Amino acid sequence: MIFWQIIRFALGGLAANKVRSALTMLGVLIGVASVILLLAVGNGSSVAVKNSITSLGTNSLTVSSGASFGGSRSAATTKKLTVADAKALADPTAAPDIKSVAPVVSTSATAIYGDISYTPGSILGTYPAYFETANEKIAKGDYFSADDVLNSRKVAVIGSTTATQLFNTDDPVGKTISLGGTPFTVVGVLQTKGGSTGFSDPDDVVIAPLPTVQNAFTGFSSVSQILVQATSADTTTQAQAEITQVLMGTHSLTDPTKLDFRVSNQASLLTARESTTQTFTVLLGAVAAISLLVGGIGITNIMLVTVTERTREIGIRKALGAPKAVILGQFLTESTLLSVLGAGLGVGVGLFGAHFKVVGIVPVVIPSSVLGSFAIAVAIGLFFGSYPANRAASLRPIDALRHE
Amino acid sequence: MARRGRARHSGTAPTPETETGPATPTPVIQIRRLTKAYGHGDATVHALRGPDDPETGLPAGVSLDIDEGDFVAVMGSSGSGKSTLMNILGCLDVPTAGRYLLDGIDVGHLDEQQLSLVRNRKIGFIFQSFNLVPRTSALAQVELPLAYAGVRAAERRKRALAALSLVGLSQRAGHKPNELSGGQQQRVAVARALVTAPAMLLADEPTGNLDSHSTEEVLQIIDGLNATGRTVVLITHEDEVAMHAKRVLRLVDGKVISDVRQGPVVGPPPVLAAQLRQRAANGELIGGRQ
Ligand SMILES: Nc1ncnc2c1ncn2[C@@H]1O[C@H](COP(=O)(O)OP(=O)(O)OP(=O)(O)O)[C@@H](O)[C@H]1O
Ligand SMILES: [Mg+2]
Repeated sequence: MIFWQIIRFALGGLAANKVRSALTMLGVLIGVASVILLLAVGNGSSVAVKNSITSLGTNSLTVSSGASFGGSRSAATTKKLTVADAKALADPTAAPDIKSVAPVVSTSATAIYGDISYTPGSILGTYPAYFETANEKIAKGDYFSADDVLNSRKVAVIGSTTATQLFNTDDPVGKTISLGGTPFTVVGVLQTKGGSTGFSDPDDVVIAPLPTVQNAFTGFSSVSQILVQATSADTTTQAQAEITQVLMGTHSLTDPTKLDFRVSNQASLLTARESTTQTFTVLLGAVAAISLLVGGIGITNIMLVTVTERTREIGIRKALGAPKAVILGQFLTESTLLSVLGAGLGVGVGLFGAHFKVVGIVPVVIPSSVLGSFAIAVAIGLFFGSYPANRAASLRPIDALRHE
Repeated sequence: MARRGRARHSGTAPTPETETGPATPTPVIQIRRLTKAYGHGDATVHALRGPDDPETGLPAGVSLDIDEGDFVAVMGSSGSGKSTLMNILGCLDVPTAGRYLLDGIDVGHLDEQQLSLVRNRKIGFIFQSFNLVPRTSALAQVELPLAYAGVRAAERRKRALAALSLVGLSQRAGHKPNELSGGQQQRVAVARALVTAPAMLLADEPTGNLDSHSTEEVLQIIDGLNATGRTVVLITHEDEVAMHAKRVLRLVDGKVISDVRQGPVVGPPPVLAAQLRQRAANGELIGGRQ
């Protein structure tokens, strides 16, 4: 029996019931597309986390006030972080593994440029060292300088999102914006960091010299964070110990279990978050796999219905001398065609869908998920199709013909 | 198929022949003590039983020979086992007991694959209820047995068109079953049964659903096929149809109760022969197709 003839019989069978064939294919299509897309979304979010780890700089440490884990939570002993703490950390003899220190105050205010009013995600006051530590690169203009800090100049560097919101396509450098009533001259725009993880946009920021922001908004009493850069990624542990040592001195603490500040390694925090997104990916994958399975069961169901409905036809074909292998081949080809076409279209839809942002995450397609889901769909078609096909082919002609 | 053909007839024709002596031509169908029962225990229905064995009192089964080139009509009341017999002859069903030899080969010993070959090559089956494949054009319908025989597309088309024109349907090749009248559908079924040039044509009430005109058309085709040497077994309820046969079997409750020969095994079937004689007498074409 010629192979092409079997294919032609199978295509004829599928064409005879177009709506049903299309719906069955749709089931497989959705299964395959959702496997590809959901895994891409999961993968995309973990890629985003990975990017923000590298964008943070792996040797940066953040000191924030408040009790560390397991420490005393008594508010009476809590001393806020101050610029003096930062200066103490910058002493190279006390802390040889620290490269630079940047105290940070953060606030929020509405920025106005012309008739556009916009509230950026955050307004930071800090030292120029912040840019290197936080891995912020300049795209246009320049950073503000140590001189600007010393003279409390009203200058600011803005993130790309803020720049787009306020200036649209205009060049912000040299323009003056009003932040909470205080005029600031924009001296630079930061490169887009991206890697937005859905909760905060790292590019929606205004950064100005520390004393300027303190003067205009927060006052001089305390800072919200101190960003510390270790000399290298390998010395972050030592740097962390030195920070604890120095700050225990300045805060007059003796018990290392009762600290009123917290030193966190951003990279390790993000690594923890990355493992969360991996769990998320696995969950998404499981949901998608189930929908693929349901698509497969759809094929079995349709093939069973088809076989039952066409039992008489099978009887006629067998009476005309169709060998078992040909009947088997015809129905198996039908189910395989359904799954191959459905899976092929599903791959197309999945790859197309991956071009769009899903809940703020840019999907990143995993190549093996494309191959894998396609192969699994086709295997399901073969496997689940073979039961009804075999049942059809094994009928004795007279039993098939008598079937109502 | 190789056993069929005129050579055999021309070889046997000169030998002196008696009308009741079927021993001379080789029987193409031999059934021996064939029974078919449905159900178990007290509910058992013996669709084919033959006479009761005088010693045991059990059904002894039907034994029957059908010669090559014969035209047998099987008659009997409803439920007498005609279709049961026919389905076994067509290798569509298997007997409960007994042997069925087709061309001297015991069909019971053939496997699934060989059976499909037998159905495809040796037997053309015409069903009472047409049994056309739905949503398939007449041409594709007639091509089916050839497709299963592995005939190439071009050759298949040619032979299918020839078969359709033989039954007078070449104008309707592209029509689907639901676009054909009952008589046309039955003629498509006839074309499908004869397209592989099978040695044996089995027809289960081929005219049961047809009016007298269509019945006459279908019978003419079958007569013509028998005249070219094909063995025909046909089930019918109607005496007018049975008139066309060379031999008439009557079944009652799974037993053959009468076996009447109406014409010689060799030569055209009675009705066609009469027509030919008529034409010859009228000074028309001498000899006709034979
Ligand atoms: N699949 C079956 N299961 C049980 N009994 C059956 C089956 N097929 C046929 N029979 C019985 O076998 C007997 C013979 O049936 P069969 O079909 O051969 O009759 P028939 O002579 O062809 O009748 P009709 O002229 O009505 O077609 C009937 O009594 C019928 O009830
Ligand atoms: Mg019947």
